[in-house]
Parts: sequence; C-alpha cells; structure tokens
Amino acid sequence: MAAATQTLTAADAFTITLIIRRFLPDVDDEARWESFDVSVYSTDRILDALHKIKWEQDGTLSFRRSCAHGICGSDAMRINGRNRLACKTLIKDLDITQPIYVEAIKGLPLEKDLIVDMEPFFEAFRAVKPFLIANSTPEAGKERTQSVAQRAIFDDTTKCILCAACTTSCPVFWTDGQYFGPAAIVNAHRFIFDSRDDAADVRLDILNDKEGVWRCRTTFNCTEACPRGIEVTKAIAEVKQAVLRGKR
Amino acid sequence: MTSPSSSAHEETKVIDGVHYHQYDVVIVGAGGAGMRAAIEAGPHARVGVISKLYPTRSHTGAAQGGMAAALANVEEDSWEWHTFDTVKGGDYLVDQDAAEILAKEAIDAVIDLENMGLPFNRTPEGKIDQRRFGGHTRDHGKAPVRRSCYAADRTGHMILQTLFQNCVKLGIEFYNEYYVLDLVMTEVDGVKRPSAVVAYELATGDLHVFQAKSIIFATGGFGKIYKTTSNAHTLTGDGVGILWRKGIPLEDMEFFQFHPTGLAGLGILLTEGARGEGAILRNASGERFMERYAPTIKDLAPRDIVARCMVQEVQEGRGAGPNKDYVYLDCTHLGAEVLETKLPDITEFARTYLGVDPVVEPVPVMPTAHYAMGGIPTNIKAEVLSNNDTVIPGLYAAGECACVSVHGSNRLGTNSLLDINVFGKRAGRYSVEYAKTAEFVPLPQDPAGPVRDMIESIRNAGGTERVSALRKELQEEMDRGAQVFRTDESLGQVTDTITKLREGYKNISIHDKGKRFNTDLLEAVELGFLLDLAEVVVYSARNRKESRGGHMRDDYPLRNDEDYMVHTMAYLTGDASSEHAGDHIKLDWKPVVITNYQPMERKY
Repeated sequence: MAAATQTLTAADAFTITLIIRRFLPDVDDEARWESFDVSVYSTDRILDALHKIKWEQDGTLSFRRSCAHGICGSDAMRINGRNRLACKTLIKDLDITQPIYVEAIKGLPLEKDLIVDMEPFFEAFRAVKPFLIANSTPEAGKERTQSVAQRAIFDDTTKCILCAACTTSCPVFWTDGQYFGPAAIVNAHRFIFDSRDDAADVRLDILNDKEGVWRCRTTFNCTEACPRGIEVTKAIAEVKQAVLRGKR
Repeated sequence: MTSPSSSAHEETKVIDGVHYHQYDVVIVGAGGAGMRAAIEAGPHARVGVISKLYPTRSHTGAAQGGMAAALANVEEDSWEWHTFDTVKGGDYLVDQDAAEILAKEAIDAVIDLENMGLPFNRTPEGKIDQRRFGGHTRDHGKAPVRRSCYAADRTGHMILQTLFQNCVKLGIEFYNEYYVLDLVMTEVDGVKRPSAVVAYELATGDLHVFQAKSIIFATGGFGKIYKTTSNAHTLTGDGVGILWRKGIPLEDMEFFQFHPTGLAGLGILLTEGARGEGAILRNASGERFMERYAPTIKDLAPRDIVARCMVQEVQEGRGAGPNKDYVYLDCTHLGAEVLETKLPDITEFARTYLGVDPVVEPVPVMPTAHYAMGGIPTNIKAEVLSNNDTVIPGLYAAGECACVSVHGSNRLGTNSLLDINVFGKRAGRYSVEYAKTAEFVPLPQDPAGPVRDMIESIRNAGGTERVSALRKELQEEMDRGAQVFRTDESLGQVTDTITKLREGYKNISIHDKGKRFNTDLLEAVELGFLLDLAEVVVYSARNRKESRGGHMRDDYPLRNDEDYMVHTMAYLTGDASSEHAGDHIKLDWKPVVITNYQPMERKY
C-alpha cells in the first residue's frame, strides 16, 4: 500500500531547501531570491511546503491557493523552471538533493512574490466569446440534443480551469503580450466544436487575427504545462485547421 | 485585442480614502449560487458581484458527481419521489415546502444550464444522461433511481464555468479578490436595516463601501473549522460569520455533513458517483459491510449513514491498513473505461495523492468534513429572517451559507448543486423585485469605520500567539470531539478549547504589515470567523440531546421526535467577547414545516 496511507511520524520528515523568488512591493525595488529550509514529508505538496514557510517562518510570503487539489486553478507557478500547480506537485516527484526553485508564472505583471496580475489573461479569455451562442431556440423546458460522439469532440477542452499554466509557459506569449495565448484558444475551441453553437465563424475570425492562432509555434510547452492533461497544442492545431477549412 | 465585456467598473467616489459604490443589487460571493443569482438579476438591474476569489476559483468547481432532477430521461421518475427522498434523507428535519420547490424547480434548473451551454454527458438518444446517487430512490425507497445529471465527475466545474461564461456574456460587473468583512445596518425609524457591505481590496488594502437596495449573501461554507475536510482553504465562513456578528440568527448549525469517501488522511473528495456507478465499500477482510447496515440500497445509503457505518467498522477493529484506520472504496470491477470516461478526476486524485491506481487496487477512504446543512435562516424567497418568521427587507442568502431548509439534518448528494441553482435563481429574482420598488437605505456616518478599526487592530497587534497555531489547534480539536460521533463529554472538551483559543485570538500578531496582497492579515481575519462559527456549531450540538442525520450523539443514540423535531436557532446576545459561550449565545427552536410526510423510522 502506498506511503501516504501509512502513519507518518516525525522520523519520516526531512528537510528540503526552497529558493523562492520574492518581491514585496512595499519594500523591494526588484525581485530577489530567498532561500528557506523546511521540514516536509515525501507525500507533501509544494503547496504544503509554502504554507509551512508562511505559517512558521515568514508570514509575508504571498501566494494564491484555494482548493489544494488541482481543480480551482489558483496556484500555478514555476517550479524548477516548469509551470505546475503547487497543490499537484508532490515533493517525492522532485529531485530533493538540489534546492527547489519556485517563482511566479512568467509573462503577466508581477504583483507580489508568487502573485501576478491575472487581468490580461482573463481579458484574452473574454475576447474569444467564451459562451454558447445558439441561433435556435430549444423547445420550452427541453434540452438541446447532442450525440455522445458530438460531445466527445470538445470534451478535452471543457476541462480547462483557467489557471494560466499553459499561456504563461508559451515563449510567444512572453515576448508578445498581445498574443491571445493557449488558454483563450482552448476556450474558443470548446465552443467552436460544440454542435449546439452557431458562432464558430465569429470566433475563427477573431483568432485569424495577427495576434491569433498563427502566432503559435507548436513548441508544446502548453501541453506539457497543463495540469488537467488537456492536449492544448492539438486543440490549437484543430482551430488552425478550422480557420483554413471551416469547422467540419 | 478587444474585450467585449470588460470588468471595468464605473467611476466611484473616494472620501477619506474609502471608495463608495452604488448598485441595485450587490451579490457577495461568486460561486454557483452567487453567479446564478447574477444571471437572473443582471438583465433587470445594476448588479455588482463581490468575491474574495476569482469566480472560477470558487469551490462549486470542486463538486463532482452531479445535480439531481427528476427528468426521467433514463427511467421512470417524479419530482414527488425526489421530494420524499430529500425529506427522508434529511431525517425529517427538512422544511417540506422548500423541498417541494427544490425538487419541482430542479427540472428547469438543469434545462437552464443545458441551454446556457453546459456539456452534460448524454444518453445514446442525445438526451442528458443520469446516474444513481446516495438516497435517491424510485417510488419512496423501493430501489435506487438514476436521477443525477452529470458531466463526467466534474459537474461542479462545468456548472461554475458555464455560469461564469454566461456572466461574461451578460457583462456582469465583478469585484474579484475583494473580501467583504461587514454588513452595514442603518437604524431607520427604530429598525435596523441593511444598507451596504464593506469590502477590503486584496490588491491595495483599500476599503470599499457598496451601498445597495438588495444584498445577497452567497458565500459558501465553513468546512475549515475541521482539519480533515474536502473544503478549500478559503472556506472560512466569512459571510455567515458577518451576519452572526450582526445579530442575525443561525439555524441548525450542529448539522455538518461528513462525506464518506475522502482520501484517507487527506480528506480530498472522491465522488459518491463512484458508488453510483457501482463501486463498493469494503472493510479489511473485503466484506461489503453496507449490506449489513442498509440491506436495500447498500452502498447508496445517504451519507450520514454510510459515514457512521465506516467509522463503526474502524472502531470495531475491521479497518484496513497498518493502523486499521480506514476502509476501502473498491472500483476495480468497474473497469478502466468507466473510470477513465465517467470518473477521470477521482481516478487521477487517487493516483496523484495516494499513489493508488483505482483500476487495479481499492482506494483507502474515510469520512471528510464536507457540507454545512445549517446557516443563515431564509424563507423560500431566499429572504433572510431575523427570527423564526420575520423577513429582513432587502437581505437575501442562497447556497451553502443559507438554511432554507432543504437539507434538514443531512443533505442528499447532488442536492447542493441543485440548491445553488434553484435558490440562487430565486435570490436573483426576488432581490430584483425588491430593488425595483425600494429606496436606498441611507448610510450611517463612516460606514467603513468598524472594518478599518478591525484591520488596523490586527495589523498593529503586538501579541505572542500565532494565527496558524491557533487555527491548527481548532481544526484538530473539532476533528477529535465534534466529528461523526459526538458526546456531551467530547463537545465539552471542544468548548473549553474554543474558549481558550478565543482568548488566544485576542493576543495575536502578524508578520506582514503591508498594504498590498496581505494574505497574512486576511488569514487572521478569517480565523476570527472560524472561531465564532465553531463555537456556535459545538454549542448547538451540545444542546441537541438526540441523534438525527449528520448529528450522531453516542450518549443519545436515538432520534427523539417528541423533544427535538425542531430546528435549532442560535442568537448572539450580549457581549460577544465574553468568555463563555453561554454568556453570549442563546438557543431557541423553530418548527419544521411538514406538508405531506410524517416522520417515520429511517431505514434503507
């Protein structure tokens, strides 16, 4: 049986080093790296280690978190150079012989420590009309029908939790703040390929913009970064195809 | 890049550093209930939604298994059967008029969501698919029925996303990461009336006063009074605590639901939908123990019963693992395809957090604090009550923070996603109706004063107690003495601990003295609410000397309808900071609304 279900005792704890990129806007002129030693168990998450630092060593350490099990999308951050959710990254899956580097996601304005301004990210999301636009009116009190196969086409992109791990892993997004970014395209995909929706053309037009899908260089960073396992690059490719050849 | 519905807000007045806003309707909380209310109210009034989180971070998104509605898409069903199940599931402490509304309006609530775009799983005919869930039966308990409408095991996620998408479509104004910390009451003609809420802006530390004709609280639960919980870190009961401090009573606070299948040791939720799809609970010897306790519907008995049976198995030495302290959820016979397509998230949770693959081995589980049945008393129009039946004009509550009461002493699975949609919509509708004819209640002098004082006193506190240590002790003590089984003795010990912690709370200090994104400060504020609410939970629990639904008293193991077939109403009286709970909490009763179903023995 797995280690997590055995009772862990103090003897099972060990010390790791986290090197965190700090920025306290009331104090710091620019970001700086700060090292913390913290006692953890192998089954702890990086979020647990951050909480231990905040609660036992330095209350000024600031980060977002809520559900702590990978569904709310609050705690995307760069952990050893890769975008991950802190609550889904277990200590045992990292090389603890080396310090673990933790910093805010890149490409969005840094606010404080691991917190960035999410507004540009949500602005890109809103810009792709991320809601069902249907011309038909369903029969009163009835659902629109949709076959199992029709629903399967966009199932993957409905998993998105808007954590921004994909968008802020994209080198194009880092250098061009105007690019819609993978997450917005994923959310456009979710509606473009929904059989109940009638506004695919409108969204495809928006994404045919010079800051749209054509900026994607297929580096697959986004797919690797997605904590929900969404095949982001594939979704972007499907949107590119749809721009060229139409939805079906 | 253009933005069709920016979140830009109108210019506001700033007086003495405090920002002033005016809306017809202000909604506090942007989870399922808050956003459903916003969608209903938005087209008819100026609506502002204030949320301590970005809306998509709300804990509605963590709900997994489904939303009940008697659509009868896959087998015969009726809203009347759903009403009965809800009443019986709540161990008859449900207000039956409200349960009837819940079950009747469920059908439109699901259709509304589908029409808004929610990608429900489908039947081969293309209709919304439905599956089994605990306590939902055909024909008054004869057999399980397929009533839960679902989207894989991320139904809550899809509801939250769909509601947020439709708020974007409607251009709803959001104030994200604004913590509402006070409800402003103004005395008019000798009566205190709600005039505004005061919020603390996380990014800047600025205070904002939101004056509104109607105010809806949709702030969710407070599971963080416990250590082992499925609840998010942010579920600290701020909204419920604010109204409590304003003298508004809290109803049925002793009834807290422990979801049977939390990942052992962690509390992360594994949906009841797993058992709906056929998963089985087994003890150490592999026995399907629920057959002994609930011979008709077995593993699909309601949560209070299953959670108790699990704890009993462990207490009687039949638990699994090195310490015999958990049982197994066995999904192995479901097959990889069902797990990957209908239960993908929980399959991943077990793999990620326990290193257990549900496809090939059973998953260690134990009950986890999940849902508050009690909360802010409301009527069927989502209006908040100041006693058993007096409406506070202009004040509404919906969702987990409210107590209508459709869940009685134990909520059925899938009825909370339903509750937020049905009563969120009602809150939206009735709040607009009221705002159309009402005038703004004038603001008192310096409405933000009390919040400013609280914030500054915490920021400048020079005590010796650490917030995280007090919180940890509270949570561990609540797990120890106020969990699935309680006794007068265990609750008495928790009471003493809370009294001590409340004293300790007066002597805290925090590290972060800054203005911007000061989460250190807000954790201290949140702890204050947790302590207040835990005290009410325990005080109410000690007073109910019977066992009913989610409240199991080892020293009073039977239900006692003669004395306790009534809701608990707790009131804050006198000096809130007095040492002993009995000096500032007064308990009263409120009759249960019974229409069609007389209390019966609860067998499954």
